[in-house]
Amino acid sequence: MTKRSLVPIVYIIFLMLPIYWLLNMSFKTTNEILGGFTAFPHQFTLDSYHTILTDPTWYMAYVHSLIYVCLNTVFSLAVALPAAYAFSRYRFLGDKHLFFWLLSNRMAPPAVFVLPFVQLYSAVGLFDTHIAVALAHTLFNIPLAVWILEGFMSGVPKELDETAYVDGYSFPHFFFRIFIPTVSAGIGVAAFFCFMFSWVEMLLAKNLTSVAAKPIVAAMTKTASASGYELGLLAAAGVLTLIPGAIVVYFVRNYIAKGFALGRV
Amino acid sequence: MSSKTVNQNAWWLVLPVFIMVAFNALIPLMTVVNYSVQESFGNNEFFWSGTIWFEQLLEDDQFRSSLLRQISFTSIVLFIQVPLGLGIALCMPRKGPWVSVCLVLMALPLLVPWNVVGSMWNIMALPDIGLLGKGLNALGIPFNYTRQPISAWFTVVLMDVWHWTSLVVLLCYAGLVSIPDAYYQAAKVDGAKPWAVFRFIQLPKLKHVLTIAILLRFMDSFMIYTEVIVLTGGGPGSATKFLSIDLVQKALGGFDLGPAAAMSIVYFLIILLTSWLFYTLMMRNEAQ
Repeated sequence: MTKRSLVPIVYIIFLMLPIYWLLNMSFKTTNEILGGFTAFPHQFTLDSYHTILTDPTWYMAYVHSLIYVCLNTVFSLAVALPAAYAFSRYRFLGDKHLFFWLLSNRMAPPAVFVLPFVQLYSAVGLFDTHIAVALAHTLFNIPLAVWILEGFMSGVPKELDETAYVDGYSFPHFFFRIFIPTVSAGIGVAAFFCFMFSWVEMLLAKNLTSVAAKPIVAAMTKTASASGYELGLLAAAGVLTLIPGAIVVYFVRNYIAKGFALGRV
Repeated sequence: MSSKTVNQNAWWLVLPVFIMVAFNALIPLMTVVNYSVQESFGNNEFFWSGTIWFEQLLEDDQFRSSLLRQISFTSIVLFIQVPLGLGIALCMPRKGPWVSVCLVLMALPLLVPWNVVGSMWNIMALPDIGLLGKGLNALGIPFNYTRQPISAWFTVVLMDVWHWTSLVVLLCYAGLVSIPDAYYQAAKVDGAKPWAVFRFIQLPKLKHVLTIAILLRFMDSFMIYTEVIVLTGGGPGSATKFLSIDLVQKALGGFDLGPAAAMSIVYFLIILLTSWLFYTLMMRNEAQ
């Protein structure tokens, strides 16, 4: 143990404190929460979790969220893969401008897009569907996916493409059977970021849905304001939203650092 | 990038992205531009109003003060998170079983939904039953984030440090591990002090990732909405009412389509121009 390693340890403790407090609240009874300050639950209860996992308006909200997050990841990757390949391999008319225009969408505040998005998706009849939220989130996820994938693909030597052509493979065969497996790490990292940014976003998700596709982030804010302040329930719902993120981050743990380093601005 | 071949057919590969982003970005942006130059009296009737909304916006005290608050918030957050993140990344172990554990734990705040971040810090900072609120009050520091603007700002900044410092750490760490060992060995041979190693090897090599980190943190902190609306609702009073909160209130709360659209455009342009300027400056130095 050196002095140096204390710094990350202290930082991680700081990161864990609010998460501990959330867990702590979620296992308390409402009486105990309102009764005063306690550092750990004296009357340990799973009531809040029981409520969430048996009430369809609660648990379906998780399902809705997961549906549009997965749809968004698929949409973003499906269109970003060929585009990133084009950017990493070819020069074409307006390529640089297009790339910067794409990235500029990452700088668009969702607050600017809320109102036009609601009007646009209502006009095309997609309001309150999972597809609407998934499409809306591609606004910032496609640029990100293209950027990350382009970085990974540029790291693959061009000789791979040329050898495939010499061997007589068609482009689709080369792309799907040879190239995509080669950049699978990049695809994993891009998928991770798409999943993450779609999962955490609330403003667009909340305003583009009402009942049929109401996501967990909207369910939480509505419950919090409608029926007084049910802190235990709110905390338990919060704890449950941490699980998908924790699972995903565990799977890509070895690639996170790499995914950030590659990619150009 | 001289190895790239010119191939106009590559446009076919980019076309899906182009169509999707055009649908998602161009149509809404045109809607906003459209509203920003028109006056509406309901019934879907619109009249040309020229630049009146923009002129009003520039003289609007509410916009000025939320812009000022936004700039202060973003500056504070950048000044804390960038040095802190860099410092933590420098202290991280490079090898061994603890690296993955550290990375996973540090990445965790990035994956918490933004409204949950708000709720989490709300529960954390409650003056009577929150760990932070109760703790500060027990130390004799008066703390109540729903009443005192200073407490509210302290909580919002601390929340953002908690939420986003890890992004800077991960970026810097990724940059650090990509520095080849040979550089350090050469420094050792030359007898370089740790400070010199940092100043002349690590910092120049980290320039690229630091640029990305600062850009991302600038953009995202300038767009902050959800965490603050859940934590303080922009209060007490309007002490933490940042640009996005102001804009959403205008656009969805009232029916001030024109002023809200004008504000949207100015808001977007500020982020675009600042990012572009910063990026160009950083890269121009690189070329010299």
